[in-house]
Amino acid sequence: MSTPAIAGTVPSEGAFARTARRLMAHRLGRIGLLVSALVAFCAAFAPWVMPHDPAGIDYEAILAAPHAKYWLGTDELGRDILSRIIEGAQVSVQVVFLAIALAFVAGSLIGLASGYFGGMVDDVVMRVMDGLLAFPILVLALAIVAVLGPDLVNAMIAIAIVNVPGFARLVRGQVLSIRELEFVQAARALGASDLRIMLRHILPSVVGNVVVYASLRASTALITESSLSFLGLGAQPPTPTWGGMLATGMQYWDAWWMSVFPGLAIFLSALALNFLGDGLRDAMDSRLQD
Amino acid sequence: MHRYVLKRLVHLVPVLFVVSVVVFSITLLLPGDPTLAILGEQASQAERLALREKMGLDRPVLVQYATWLGQALAGDLGRSLRTQEAVSEMLAARMPVTLQLTLGAIVLAVVVGVPLGILAALRRNSWIDMLCSAVAMSGVALPYFWTGMLLIILFSLVLRWLPPSGYVPLLQDPVGNLKLMILPTLTVGAAMSALVMRQTRTAMLQVLSQDFIRTARAKGVSEARVVLRHALRNALIPVITVIGLQTGALVGGAVVTETVFGMPGLGRMVVEGIFERDFAAVQGAILVIVAGVLAVNLATDLCYAALDRRIKL
Repeated sequence: MSTPAIAGTVPSEGAFARTARRLMAHRLGRIGLLVSALVAFCAAFAPWVMPHDPAGIDYEAILAAPHAKYWLGTDELGRDILSRIIEGAQVSVQVVFLAIALAFVAGSLIGLASGYFGGMVDDVVMRVMDGLLAFPILVLALAIVAVLGPDLVNAMIAIAIVNVPGFARLVRGQVLSIRELEFVQAARALGASDLRIMLRHILPSVVGNVVVYASLRASTALITESSLSFLGLGAQPPTPTWGGMLATGMQYWDAWWMSVFPGLAIFLSALALNFLGDGLRDAMDSRLQD
Repeated sequence: MHRYVLKRLVHLVPVLFVVSVVVFSITLLLPGDPTLAILGEQASQAERLALREKMGLDRPVLVQYATWLGQALAGDLGRSLRTQEAVSEMLAARMPVTLQLTLGAIVLAVVVGVPLGILAALRRNSWIDMLCSAVAMSGVALPYFWTGMLLIILFSLVLRWLPPSGYVPLLQDPVGNLKLMILPTLTVGAAMSALVMRQTRTAMLQVLSQDFIRTARAKGVSEARVVLRHALRNALIPVITVIGLQTGALVGGAVVTETVFGMPGLGRMVVEGIFERDFAAVQGAILVIVAGVLAVNLATDLCYAALDRRIKL
């Protein structure tokens, strides 16, 4: 049974609905959301969206410039660039999503425990995080790939690990202020366990900011994944990746379409993720007016 | 000032410790037997045992770490497993390339980013401001290697103005070096210029709205002097911080840029080392890169403290 609205009052809007409404009102955020959704759609439904078989070789169209049959041209084996970009989106979306999700979970748990327990635990954990943050992201990713070996899963693990310190620092900073608030003290007074306080009371309070941070990091993760693939340290052939396609493009400079379109896909996707992150940040910022 | 420097150096110790552990772990964490990873599947048991002994892998991990750290501090980073050349010599040969590239990119970022940032702040909401904002946002999303490729296509293949790749040392052929360095420097400097421009604009807008600027204008100080002497001096403080903080990203950019332009720098040494399973070279190059980034961060902190009197020295 639905509860009738009291005359003269406006039904209160949930946090999710408010964020969604404000995000759609944010011009750049809306563009970012639409482009990101388009890339995700292409990745999810790649077999139905691709105009040609991405591995299909057309001997009569080797290094063909963009034309009616192959909109973005073909590569050195006569394979359709557009179809390979769409299949490459699958790899990129998968790696970025899983890597950021892993970093999100691991970083949040580390930051939560570090901030909540404080003292020695906090000191040790944060010094380790500081040490990891001292590495340039790509250099640390290279070090990890050097140990694990170059392939798609290892690239994803590397990207996840390099992103953990950022999440941990963010969550820890928030936990330090939240743990002193009355509702946490009350939960403690009522006998709630540390684990319950951390997961049921503190975590929900910080998760919003972490989501915003995750969306902003997704763009960097995409560029890191592309860089690793470009260097030959990500997914290995025949799996098409945007970075790998650009590396091949460097051997065929006259076929400019091989160097331009996969790069454009990375650039537009990274830009869209940045816009989406900025939009989400503004949409979730309670200090900003509607 | 001495106390502040000392405090920062003390803070650096645990960070350096973690960095050294991570770099040391590169060989330690190799899956399975590291000698197998280094020598390959075909290596005989005797060869593997000899390498284990040579690398000290038969000793306890802590002893291995202490030995490695002691040697590294003394400048001995071992020998390349592929060429047997001393890693420190390899680093000395490759460091000038990366240094020239990153320093050039920083200079470019300041020369382009600061004036455009000032212009965007002075002409707020004009087309210049909007163009600068659009460029700044795009710059952050540009992968370095793609920027490099586009520059090669335009300036080397279409216009034929500049060579597409290669490197000659500055002292050997200054003109050739500069010609070869223009495109890589533009590649790495473009994204940094965008960030510096964005930061300068924000900082200038904040400073220009403060009372002391209004006072300076009321006293009849010329607009140029207000902007350049009063506002810019204060606005540059956060800009310097951004430059310092971005050094890590810049070095990451240099890694891929060196590959695009075939430059024999530290980044390329890491990538080649990974492919050739030359882990001593990888360890050495990564250690030097991170130490360099930490040194720049420390220098930035000290500059910041020296420029901003509100920070207690």
